[in-house]
This record gives sequence, structure tokens and C-alpha cells, in this order.
Amino acid sequence: MESNLGWKEYLITRAIRVAGYSAIVFVTLIFYFLLREGLPTLAEVKLTELFALRWYPIEKYFGILPLISGSLIVTLGAALIAIPFGIGTAVFISEIAPRWAREILKPLVELLGGLPSVVLGFLGILVLAPKLRLLLNLPTGLTALTGSLLLGAIAVPTVVSVAEDALDSVPRSYREGAWALGATRWQTIWRVTLPAARSGVLTAVMLGVGRAIGETMTVMMVTGNAPVLVTSLGGLFSPVRTMTATIAAEMGEVANGSVHYHTLFFIGMVLFIISLIVNVTASAVVFRSQKRAERVLS
Amino acid sequence: MKLNRNLSQRLGFGLISLMATLTVIPIIVVVIYIITQGGGAISLQFLSGFPHDGMRQGGIMPAIVGTFYLTLGTAIFSVPLGVAAAIYLAEYAADNWLTRTIRIAIINLSGIPSVVYGLFGLGLFVLFLKFGTSILSASLTLSIMTLPVIISTSEEALRAVPQAFRTVSISLGATRWQTIRRIVLPEALPGIITGVILGLERAAGETAPILFTGAAFFLPRLPNSVFDATMALPYHLFVISTQVPEMPFQIQYGTALVLIAFVLGMNLIATVVRSRARARRQW
Repeated sequence: MESNLGWKEYLITRAIRVAGYSAIVFVTLIFYFLLREGLPTLAEVKLTELFALRWYPIEKYFGILPLISGSLIVTLGAALIAIPFGIGTAVFISEIAPRWAREILKPLVELLGGLPSVVLGFLGILVLAPKLRLLLNLPTGLTALTGSLLLGAIAVPTVVSVAEDALDSVPRSYREGAWALGATRWQTIWRVTLPAARSGVLTAVMLGVGRAIGETMTVMMVTGNAPVLVTSLGGLFSPVRTMTATIAAEMGEVANGSVHYHTLFFIGMVLFIISLIVNVTASAVVFRSQKRAERVLS
Repeated sequence: MKLNRNLSQRLGFGLISLMATLTVIPIIVVVIYIITQGGGAISLQFLSGFPHDGMRQGGIMPAIVGTFYLTLGTAIFSVPLGVAAAIYLAEYAADNWLTRTIRIAIINLSGIPSVVYGLFGLGLFVLFLKFGTSILSASLTLSIMTLPVIISTSEEALRAVPQAFRTVSISLGATRWQTIRRIVLPEALPGIITGVILGLERAAGETAPILFTGAAFFLPRLPNSVFDATMALPYHLFVISTQVPEMPFQIQYGTALVLIAFVLGMNLIATVVRSRARARRQW
């Protein structure tokens, strides 16, 4: 009985330990498969052709710059919406709102985070795009701007929840100190609380932007899918195509192992590396600020 | 000067309140809009029938069933693995470089774009392991995507259990695993369930990871085994809103309504579990 128990405990502990390592295994596996299927591109397509201005795989044009520029312009637009509205909402929830308003706002923002992106894309096609077309007098409503507006909405919940956590973790004594010195509540928020939470707010912004770059279905549905190089902000008002949308739209139709197939994996590899950089930097900011907080408290 | 301060406060508060309002109102409008536009499409026939006439008529039952299968499949793989990983991080892991690496890996998993998960699932499950475009491949892909949510919420729930519970249990002669199994897990269960549902909710609404791993454009029958492809609600909504010309609006809105009812219903269950557990908690 005793030894039986010991064996069971040993096996379970082992299994739990292995499960604990699984996240590392999966990240490695994902990167390995992206490399395995994506790197052959470098042997098949010349670098000058890969970083060229034309994406037209049927005619063997594999220039990914239009796709990168498409992702950038849509993400930039989304960030311009999600950052002010996300941080504003977080400040409102954490610093200004009375309790009842907070109890309503938080679940609503979570609800937005839970809406499937395909539903937002669907509404984008049927409602938002026609409205924008009429409003701005454009030839088509399926533009980078439409994508930016919806992506902004998708990134807002991420920004709100991370920024709100950051504001919440600012010690109350900071605020009380500012009030005691005669600062108004607004001055306290603007000059004390927000600066004290800045690393967390920065993390919120980065994670929100990361979310926007990686979003697929919505942008594929509403940005018009034209792989055209965007050279100015005016590109917001014309159709574009992002890296994510290209993979989603074309992967279903390519032959496994073809140049096109490898190139799509190569784009996936680029997206993976971007998200790696964003997330490692964001978590480094968090770790550093934790250390600083520990120093201050000790 | 005084007036100035008060004025700036009033302007600032006004601006922030306006922004919060502008953020929230569209959410309410969107949900109400879908309910009013799609409500008319909902009928027993719509929920239990097969689509026909190029999906322009009939119901969406295979897509509902498919999403149910995929969510269940995701749960089967991701829940045991995710909860076990959370137990490791909360109860066993030492504070060293390996644990920090695990945490960074989890953060990265949560940030990888959903379409990249789709590529990975295609490379590993569909082609390399030869599971084909199937419920199995899609569920496995979704499981890995869901894992970070389940791990981090479960770990938080486990850490919320007071340390004294563990100390007392061990001092009474229980082993570490017995303590976890009998004392810590039951206390943390509502939090874990909430996290699991939130993770599965995300999996149920995703389209990009299943695009090339298991989603079928149209199937005249239900899948027979885990090696069959399946229709799914989010993919079906994508198909009927972009790939099928002259699609009746009502079916589109009806499908969107069923999808958000599925997803938000799970969200509601999670919220109820969480608030009931909070109300009952004695520590």
C-alpha cells in the first residue's frame, strides 16, 4: 500500500512536470515547422524578388513588400483608434467611474473581446463598408480604413484589460499623496497615476498592436484584398491586403510543397517573429517594472 | 488659477467619459442589431436542418454540430494538459530560468496570430502526422491555441488558494499530490472552470486556425469520425458572407446570431460560475 502510493505519486508528479514543459515544446515545434516549410523559399525565390513590389503568385511574382505595407497601414490605423480609446476607457474604469458604471463597463468590454472576429468582418461587409463608401465618396467601402476601424475595436479589449491592471496596481498612497498636496483628481491621474503605470500601459499598447497585426478574418473580409504597395497615408482609403489575409486566402488553393506554399509559410514565419519580438519585449517591460516596484517597496 | 484647475478637470473627465461611452455604445448596438436582424431567421427548421440550394435555403445544423464537436475535441486535449501545466507552475515549479522560460513560452503562445496556428496545424497534424483535414487536426490546433488561456487562468485560481490550506494538509501527513488533489484543486475548481470556458469560447469562435486543418465548405451529411472534415459556425458565416453570391441576409444574420449566442452563452456561464464561487468563498 505504502509503496503503491509512492509509485502513483511519482508518476503523477512526472506527468505534471512534463505538462509544465509543454508550452516550451509547442513554441519550439511551431517555430520548427514554420522554418521547415518556410525557409525553402530562400532557395527558390531570389531575395530581390522576395522583397519586391509585386505579389502575383500565379505569374510567379512573390514580392511580399505590398503585403507588409498592407499590414503596417491597417495596424497603424487600428493603433490610432485602439490606443486612445483603450487607455481612455481603462482610466475611466479604474479612476473615474462610480462602482455601478464599472460593473457594467467591464463585462461589456470583455464581451467585445469575446465576439468572434468573423462576426465583426461580417458586419464590416454588410454595414460599415457601404456606410463608409457613401460617407467618404469612395469607389469601394472595402478599404484599409474599414479594416483599421474594426481592428481597432478588436484591439481595444486587450489594451483596456492590461492598462486597467497596470493602473490598479499603482499604490493608493501615490494618489493620496498627490491629493494631500492639493492636486485635483484630474491632475493626479495625468501627472501621477498614469506616469506611475506607464510600463504597464506601454505593455498594453504593445499587446494591442500585436493583436492587430495578427488578426486575420476581419481584415481578410473587409480590406478588399488588393496586394498594392501602400506608400502614403492616402492608402488608408484604398483596398490593401495584409500578410495574415494573404495566408488565409491563398493557402487553401496551393499545391503542397510548391514555391507559393513555401512563400506563404515564409510569411507566417515573419508574423511569428514579429509576435515573438512584441511579446518578449512586452514581458521584459513587465518584469523590469516588477523589479523596480520591489526595489521601491523594500 | 483655481477655475483653471477645475476647468481642466472637468474637460479631462468629460473627454475620458466620452471615450469610454464611445467604446461601449457600439458594442451594445452591434449585439442588439444582430439579435433584431437575425432573430427572424431562427426557427426549429433553421437550427435542425441541412443547408440546401447552394446554402441559400434550409438550416445550419451541420455547422452547429461541427462547432460543438470542435469545442469538445479542443476541451479533451487542452483541459487536462493546461490544468496539469498550471498545477506544475503553481505548486511545483521553482523560481529559476526554466520556469521563466516556460512563462515566456506561454506569453508567446498567446500572442501568435491565429492564422499562424493554422499553418502549424497544416504542417504538423494534417501533412506530417497525416491526420488529413479533419476534426482531429482542427481540434489539436485549437487546443494548442487555447492552452495559454487555460494555463494562466488556472494558475491564478490555484495561487488564490491560501498557503495555510497546504501547510495544514501536509502537516496532517498527506503527500504533496494528495494535498493538491483533495484540498487545492477543489478550492480552485470554480476559477479553473471559468478559465477553461473562456479559453474554449475563444476556440469556438475562431476561423483562421481551422481554415486549412478541418473546416469544410459544405457537407451534405454529418461527420462520421474524427478523421472527417466538418462544417463549423464561424467558417460557415465566413463562407456565406463572402463566397456565396446573392445570399439571403436573413440566413447570414441568423448564422451570426447563433454563433454569438453560442460564444456569449459560454461567456455567461463562466461569469455565473465565477460570481457564485466568489459569493460562497469563506476565505
